[in-house]
Parts: sequence; structure tokens; C-alpha cells
Amino acid sequence: MNKTLLIIKREYLSRVQKKSFIVMTILGPLLMAALFIVPVYLAQLSDEVKKVFILDETGWFINKFENSERFNFEYLYTDPESAKSIMTAQNGYALLYIPKPDVSVPSSALIFSQKQVGIDLKGYIRNVMSKEVENQKLGAEIMKEIKKANPGFDETDDDTGAGNVVSEEILKNIKTSIKLTSIKIGDEGKEEKSYTEVSMMVGMFAGILIYFFIFLFGSQVMRGVIEEKVSRIVEVIVSSVKPFQLMMGKIVGVALVGLTQFLLWVVLTLAIVTVFQTAMPDKFKKAETVEKFNPGTRIPASADSEISYEEVEESDNLGTIIEAVESINYGTMIFAFIFFFLGGYLLYGAMFAAIGAAVDNETDTQQFMMPVTIPLILAIVVAQFVINNPEGPVSFWFSIIPLTSPIIMMIRIPFGVPYWELALSMVLLTITFIFAVWMAGKIYRTGILMYGKKVSWKELGKWLFYKG
Amino acid sequence: MSYFSVRNITKRYSGHTALTNVSIDVPKQSIFGLLGPNGAGKTSLIRIINQITGPDEGEVFFDSEKLAPHHVDRIGYLPEERGLYKKMKVGEQALYLAQLKGVNKADAMKRLKYWFEKFEIQAWWNKKVEELSKGMQQKVQFIVTVIHEPSLLIFDEPFSGFDPINVNLLKDEILALRDKGATIIFSTHNMASVEELCDDIALINKSHKILEGSVKEIKKQYKTNTYSLDFDGYSGAAEALLPVGFELLDEQSDDDLRQAIVRIPEKATQNELLQAFMPHVNIHAFKEIIPTMNEIFIRKVNEASKPFLNL
Repeated sequence: MNKTLLIIKREYLSRVQKKSFIVMTILGPLLMAALFIVPVYLAQLSDEVKKVFILDETGWFINKFENSERFNFEYLYTDPESAKSIMTAQNGYALLYIPKPDVSVPSSALIFSQKQVGIDLKGYIRNVMSKEVENQKLGAEIMKEIKKANPGFDETDDDTGAGNVVSEEILKNIKTSIKLTSIKIGDEGKEEKSYTEVSMMVGMFAGILIYFFIFLFGSQVMRGVIEEKVSRIVEVIVSSVKPFQLMMGKIVGVALVGLTQFLLWVVLTLAIVTVFQTAMPDKFKKAETVEKFNPGTRIPASADSEISYEEVEESDNLGTIIEAVESINYGTMIFAFIFFFLGGYLLYGAMFAAIGAAVDNETDTQQFMMPVTIPLILAIVVAQFVINNPEGPVSFWFSIIPLTSPIIMMIRIPFGVPYWELALSMVLLTITFIFAVWMAGKIYRTGILMYGKKVSWKELGKWLFYKG
Repeated sequence: MSYFSVRNITKRYSGHTALTNVSIDVPKQSIFGLLGPNGAGKTSLIRIINQITGPDEGEVFFDSEKLAPHHVDRIGYLPEERGLYKKMKVGEQALYLAQLKGVNKADAMKRLKYWFEKFEIQAWWNKKVEELSKGMQQKVQFIVTVIHEPSLLIFDEPFSGFDPINVNLLKDEILALRDKGATIIFSTHNMASVEELCDDIALINKSHKILEGSVKEIKKQYKTNTYSLDFDGYSGAAEALLPVGFELLDEQSDDDLRQAIVRIPEKATQNELLQAFMPHVNIHAFKEIIPTMNEIFIRKVNEASKPFLNL
């Protein structure tokens, strides 16, 4: 077997068998699932009956909303401004405003409220509205089919339909998602949009995850190198393999551990959420999540593509989140995550390996860690600006410069990034990590056999130019 | 014909020169002692042999080929600073290190079983290294050094950390390895074991080789024609009995028994000394004082560090 593969295998197995890995693997999804589940659950707790006004300009949904033990619906027939003042005056919980659609079918609505609206209400509204719209569409389709089957039925010619039953395709086409935008009315009756954009959250989450992974697994590489150095086994190993093989074996092995952990998290989180939903379907039905999570009835991307993520707001709704996540280009996102995780990790992992090789114990790493981690920390600091202005020059440069690009680019991607920028960033990152690995290899080779010496930056510079 | 040779090696580090134009020749199937005080350059030389570092000048030949990366699988190296993964299980680790030396898994298992039985450590196969005593770890380290049946073995202070019983066990193993055909380079400060095991030596001091040759030859070369004579039954000065030209270097007495250390002049024989003493004393012992490797080592190193005394 190839020696580098042997090293990768050992590094991988020795880490995934560790207790800390197993604990992290279990705790991570529990925390993430809790992030999904707890808000949904909490929303169920309040028990007073809330008054919800409805102003329906389309007339499609008159009497479709049914009163429950939690909500009382009251229809208004006036203009939006007076509806708002009625709602405020009567201390209502929310006002649902369904404007006349530009196109034929209503697909969006606004919710005005004084406080943040709970996801249960939004889930219910969404549910009722989409069902109604779907019914209407289905009716229209059936009419079309009838016309097709009996050409004499109506003189209107239609050559788009095919098939003589309501086909799956039609069912797919009529599937409707409703955009709900919440707007909070301030104390003085002013409107302020309560943005918690999903793309923001998804981007931030991905960026922070990359930051976290780079730190976590980069420092694992460093600790591994120090361990080998301190236990002196390194001399035995480098008499069998080249130091570069040992270093790369370790870096790749740890990267695989990171990917394994990531995939396990994704799978386990989905599993936990699904189990929870199955166990308590009623809690989630209103939030329309069972449907979303069940792959069998999942809305195909094509049906969703008309919804732009920028318009989908109020992220505390699981259904909305997933909808929005789906609306973001999934393929690009996953590909970019894996690419930027690996690229960023290789870049920093190589630097961490070099640091590990240069010192005798972990306490000595401080002086070298500082400058290396500053770009990472800077990226997290800058993240806030990027989210507020994903197209601005700060966002652009930080997502191009390789030391910060893995984090900042991940934050930007959900907002949509031109492909040439993405490509430029990836190419630069690749070049940089190759360079970093080469440099680290040089430092590593000299450092691992050097003991009892306080190494300075100048010294490290010299090591770069030592001959084999 | 030398199995392994180093030709005019020079190795410089930024601050100093570790090896200056050093050449050694290690005959096949012999034990070669690589001696020298701390910091002389032994470790640098060993690392060059192991291809951990490369020389700045000079060449290394292994079995009449120029030393190349593929040779690492035929070299076994036991470094002075022992090291194993502390958290890894003994058997797993031995298997890993054997595979890194290019032994396939099945062979490695077979050979490990043999060695673990021989050293009576089978019960430790599934223990973590950190649970083992130091001596036991040393045994494991020795096993992983020889597991790939290398034709060239490099032992750096192999006996440190062993009790006398295990030192003997190890010595026997090293000799057995040589008899089976291995060539061994042996670096140590323990001169008694050098005399016991080594066929040839090289002495390195301050990056220069200052002495080399077979142990027998070197010892012969450093003989000083000095003898010790134990006797009693005589109360006068021993010096009075000496023939002309003989020199009394030292005299000691323990109760009645006295010992004289005498240097015999060139051309004279030890018999003349005996003849001079015999009429007057009871002789208990008489023997030539042969310098130990230890003395030769100290003498050569001191000479090298104070060259002006040598004039």
C-alpha cells in the first residue's frame, strides 16, 4: 500500500475513534436540530386567542380561514391604510393583506403586526392560501383537459396540454408556494421591515461553519504535529517516509475527519428533525414542514425558481427557511462549501502544521498563532459589513483575497455572486494553498527535528531556503 | 569489500559545520561503532544515512549503489530518543510502522507474533503504549526497528533504559542479527559494549573523524608496554628492584599485597622484569595493561581539543 495512504488511514482512524469526535458528532446535530425545533415548539406555548384581520383584495380567500382555539379571523373590506389603523386600534394580533396580484394568480401576501408574528400563524396562512390557489389552478387545468378531450366544447384553441388525465406534471405545475412578507408596525404607526433574511442566515451560517472548521481541524493538525514531535516518533517515521508525505498524510487525514463530521451532522440533523416531526406531526403541520422535509413530496426546484430569496423573509419559520434554502442555488452552495472548506483548510492547515513543527510544545505556539489567525478573525468581523452590503468593494476584496475568501465568499454566495468572481476567488485560493503547502513543507522538514530551540520568525525564514 | 560507505561527507548548518569531510567504510556483516562525544556530529551522520537530511558535499553508497530513496525499506533505525504514539495500541502501532517500512500486513503479523513471543510481551498487544513500562516500550521499539528484516541496522544508544538482564537479551539479539547477515552501525557512549560488540569503529570529534579501524588494531596501536605486578613478602622500595630503563609509574598497596605499574623500555621484555623481582618477592599476578576503548576515546578527544599539547 502506498505509504501516504497508510498515514492518511492512521490519522483518520485514530481521530474518528476518539471519544471527543463521537461526542461532537452527537452534540452538533442535537444543537442544530434544536435550532430548528425549539422556535416551532415555543410558538405553540402561548394560549390566548388572537385576533387576526384579513384584507383580501383578490376575494379568493373569503371565509377560507377558519377560527380556531388560537386564532379568530375577521374580514375587513376597506383600504390597506384604514385596515392597519383598525388593527392597531382594536389591538389585533396581525393584519393579513392579500393584494391584487399583477399576474393572474395570487402568490404573495403581507402580514402587518405590532409584534413579531409567530410561525404557527404564518404556517397556517401559507397552508390555506396555497391550498386554495392550487385548487383553483387544478380546476383550470381540468377545464383545459375537458376542452381538449371535447374540441367542440369551446372554440378556444389550446395546443399546450397533453395527456388525458390529470398527470403528475400538472400536479407539479399547480404546486404553489406563497410568499409571506412580515412588516412590523412601530409604536407610532410607522412601518419598519423586520428583516431576518434567510440568505443572510444561510450565508452567515456557512461562513461561521467554515471558520469553525478551519480552526477546529487546523489546530488538530498542529496538535498532531506537536504530539509526534514531543513523543519523538517523528524521527522513526521520517526514516521510513519523506517528511512531506507525513505532513500531507496528516493534513489530508484530518480533512477527511472534517468532511465525515460535516456529513454526519447533516444526516443526523435531518434525521432528528424528521423523527421529531413524525413523533409530533400536529405541531409541525401548521408550519408546513413535514411536507417540506419529506423528499417524496418535496417541491421540485423548477416550481420554486420563481421565488427569489430576497423576497422571502421572516426566517423563524422552518418552512420558509427551507423554501429559501431551496431557492438558493443548492448545487453551487454545496460545491462551494466543500471547495472553500478544503481550500481554506489546506491553506490554514499547512500553516498550522508548520507552526506545530517549529515549536516544542503547545504553549510556544502563541507567537506564531496570532498572525495566522488574524485574517480569520478579521473575516468574521467584516462579515457584518458583507451581509449588509454583499456587493460592495469590501465584500468583493475580502472574498477574493485567499486568506479571508473561504469565509467571506461563503457568506456572499446566497446573495448571488457573479461566476467570474467565484472562479477568480477559487483560482487564487488554489494557488495560495499550493504555495502555502510548499512553504509549510520546507519549514516542517527542518522543524520536526529541531528541539530545545526558541524559534523566531527570522529563523523560519531561513528554513525555507535550506537544502534537502 | 565495504557494504556501506560514506565518502567525504560535509554537512553545514547555518551556525556551524556538523561534519567535515568524513568518510567511513562499514564491512558487510559486521558491527561498526560510531563513536564521539555529544555534539560531535554522529546524529547528523546517522540522519544522512537515513536520508532524513542530505549532505552538502560527498556521497553515500549502500551495497555498491548510490544511496537512493528506495533504500529506506532496507534500513532499520533505532533513534536515541525513542518515540511511539502514546495513545495508540501496541500491536496496531507495530503493524503500522512495519507497513510504513513496506512490509505487507500478513507478513508483518507473522513476524510480530514471533518477536512478541520472543520478548514475552504478547499480553501487551492491545494495551496502549502509555500503559507500558519504559523497558517494555524499548522492546517494542526494538521490534519495530528490525521487523522489516533490514540489511543495514542503525542503533543509537540501544541499551539505554534497559536493565542488565534485558541488555544481555538485546546484545544476543544484535549479535544474532549480524550472524544472520545484517550489517550494523552502532552508536554509543558505552565503551564497554563497544569492546564487546564492535568489529570496527570510527571516532568523530567536532565534525572531524579522528580515529578509525578495527577494535583489535586500535587497541594494539595504543598499547604502552605497561604491566602490572601484584606481589607481597617484600618491604623495601619496589623501585630498587627495577632493572635499568624500567620505569615505575605507580605503586599501590592493600594490606600486605602491593601492586606496581611498570613501563618496560623498548627492546626489553617483560621477562626481565619478572626475573628482577622473582628472587625478592612472592608474585601473585602479572599482566599487561591494555588500554580500554574508554581510555583511548578520552585520550583521542582530549588530544584533538588541545592540539598544542600534542606537539
